[in-house]
Amino acid sequence: MKIPEEEYLLKCTAACAGCSDSLTLRYVLKAAGPDTVLVVPACCTSVIQGAYPYTAFNLPVVNIAFAAAAACASGMSEALRALGRKTHVIVYAGDGGTLDIGIQSLSGAFERGTDFLYICYDNEAYGNTGMQRSGGTPLGARTTTTPMGKRHQKKDIDAIVAAHDPPFMATACPAYPRDLFQKVRNALTFRGPSFIHVLAPCPPGWRFPPEKSVEMGKLAVKTGMWVLYERRHGKLSLSAPSKTALKNPAPLEEYLSPQGRFEGMDGADIEALKRHISENLLKLASEEAKG
Amino acid sequence: MKTIATGNKAVAEAVQQARPAVIAAYPITPQTAIIEQIAKAVSSGTLNSRFISVESEHSAMAACIGASLTGVRTFTATSSQGLLYMHEMTNWAAGSRLPIVMANVNRAVAPGWNIWADHTDALQERDTGWLQVYAGSVQEAYDAVLMAFPIAEHEDVLLPVMVNLDGFALSHIFQPLETVEVGDFIAPLHLPHAIDTRDPAGYGVLTGPESYFKFRWDIERSMRDSVNVIQSVQEDFSRRFGRSYGFTEDYLCSDAEVVVMAMGTLGKEAEIAVDLLRVEGIKAGSMRLRWLRPFPELNLAGREVVVIDRSYSFGFGGVLATSVRSRIKREVYSVIAGLGGQEVSYEDIAGFVRRRCIGREDWFGVNGHV
Ligand SMILES: Cc1ncc(C[n+]2csc(CCOP(=O)(O)OP(=O)(O)O)c2C)c(N)n1
Ligand code: SF4
Ligand SMILES: [Mg+2]
Repeated sequence: MKIPEEEYLLKCTAACAGCSDSLTLRYVLKAAGPDTVLVVPACCTSVIQGAYPYTAFNLPVVNIAFAAAAACASGMSEALRALGRKTHVIVYAGDGGTLDIGIQSLSGAFERGTDFLYICYDNEAYGNTGMQRSGGTPLGARTTTTPMGKRHQKKDIDAIVAAHDPPFMATACPAYPRDLFQKVRNALTFRGPSFIHVLAPCPPGWRFPPEKSVEMGKLAVKTGMWVLYERRHGKLSLSAPSKTALKNPAPLEEYLSPQGRFEGMDGADIEALKRHISENLLKLASEEAKG
Repeated sequence: MKTIATGNKAVAEAVQQARPAVIAAYPITPQTAIIEQIAKAVSSGTLNSRFISVESEHSAMAACIGASLTGVRTFTATSSQGLLYMHEMTNWAAGSRLPIVMANVNRAVAPGWNIWADHTDALQERDTGWLQVYAGSVQEAYDAVLMAFPIAEHEDVLLPVMVNLDGFALSHIFQPLETVEVGDFIAPLHLPHAIDTRDPAGYGVLTGPESYFKFRWDIERSMRDSVNVIQSVQEDFSRRFGRSYGFTEDYLCSDAEVVVMAMGTLGKEAEIAVDLLRVEGIKAGSMRLRWLRPFPELNLAGREVVVIDRSYSFGFGGVLATSVRSRIKREVYSVIAGLGGQEVSYEDIAGFVRRRCIGREDWFGVNGHV
């Protein structure tokens, strides 16, 4: 697999140092190529493009209201197909724009079989507005609106998307760029809606040093906190990094302790999180075994 | 072709003739029949459009925006709660300079639930950058939709247009309708800023105060330019199809001493009231406002004005009364009537004129002396 040299994400974006949102997008765009339109709801990505009349993104980018990305992409995809064009329509949305305010339009677009790729980069909070809780925030994580740690588990958006039975869905993390790149390529070979959920470690939000973004992504996978897989027509296969990691998972504390957001998390919550992780792993393993 | 149709059917007919590439809509009483007829035409193949059956009005407008950005013609229809739910996206459509056409079937806003005619829904969209026209008859609803496309799509405008028709009072009543052969009345759409992956650009990107402010002015400049465009499209329509429209529809105004102003079906009712009053020797006239945005110049010099509002801006006054007052720079008699579908007959309107009291505001049957 050769990752193209072309850059569609140009230098000097307004992203924070170590931002996985931009790192993810860099590979997404390399995989998608130039005949692509990106639809972006309110999120960090709407900021890191830069301000008019400049843009750091070298492809058409449609910025749209927070709740509306999938609906906007729906209309665009229908229009482009009516015009006989194969242009990729890719929604690139945060966890807030996907799990919370945008879930209605996401669900509608998937039900309708819209021909598009929906990518949710998940930094597990509302980054744009300064790190408030989202449906993606894990149990125990401190955000500005959960100052004592979140009381609820992360919403299982993948199960919700899977219930729409899309032809292709996957999880990814830019700490594994080849896996991410390949999954975008795979997704774009399918007609109809596909979904990729990307864990995007966020240094200021999660409170770890910017040079540790890739390491944090790897730890998420090695501890089983994040599992890499893809599902084609409902058939699940774990991806290589997770397959290897889950033979002998690293202790969860290795992932939690370097992050300021989990500081002071109480023992009971850590145990609950561990149970949650092992239940999830069992569920995925048995789904894979069923074939 | 001469036929009999409801307002909703007339709108759906006109849309089928304008042939939008993408129609995205969500049902709501009393708009439903519009989109049902369109959906049927698409599924039977008589209309070669993509009909997106979205999950909400917010998404309906978002889908129209996404489609319109590729440079194709788009349409949606809604009413009341649906229009309010869409509000974030109606702003987005105008700000993105997209010539989307929407039919809004005017209906009251809850609570309490009320499905009857009222202009509160559309008037809450007044400041979004949409052009707004109000129909007074089934024929006019049809004609207004046909004209909405060339107006919205004109290079000097490139703003969305909302065609309003009163819920039930127009959407569901049968009146004669004469359909036309559209021919080349609606030219193919050329959207100068359509998305082109070979010439990439950012749409709706972060914008600082200086540029943002300039873009707002561009909207207003186009609003002002739209006056000439509306005029020339209406003239073209009249030349081709024989029906003439202005910014207002004036009835016996030239020698009138008192003029009634209203929008939609109440404006039509006012014409009958004028006939009654003339018999009594009162020199009355009626000026039905068709275009709310852009708001036209009004030739009302030397006449008393009675304004009927089918909505209200709480804490200040009737929206139409306020607008007319500020246009003519003097007092009017403001009657608030017909909210939530309240029955208002031509007899009632004649009564407003007889008992008019310039400078005063009365709520018909509720508060005041009418
Ligand atoms: C309707 C609406 N409500 C609230 C906001 C404010 N807002 C903008 S972005 C954002 C959070 C975005 O979070 P997420 O989708 O996770 O993306 P991230 O910023 O983390 O990249 C919020 C709350 C908005 N733009 N629109
Ligand atoms: S807050 Fe996080 S996701 Fe947002 S730009 Fe900064 S690093 Fe990226
Ligand atoms: Mg986020």
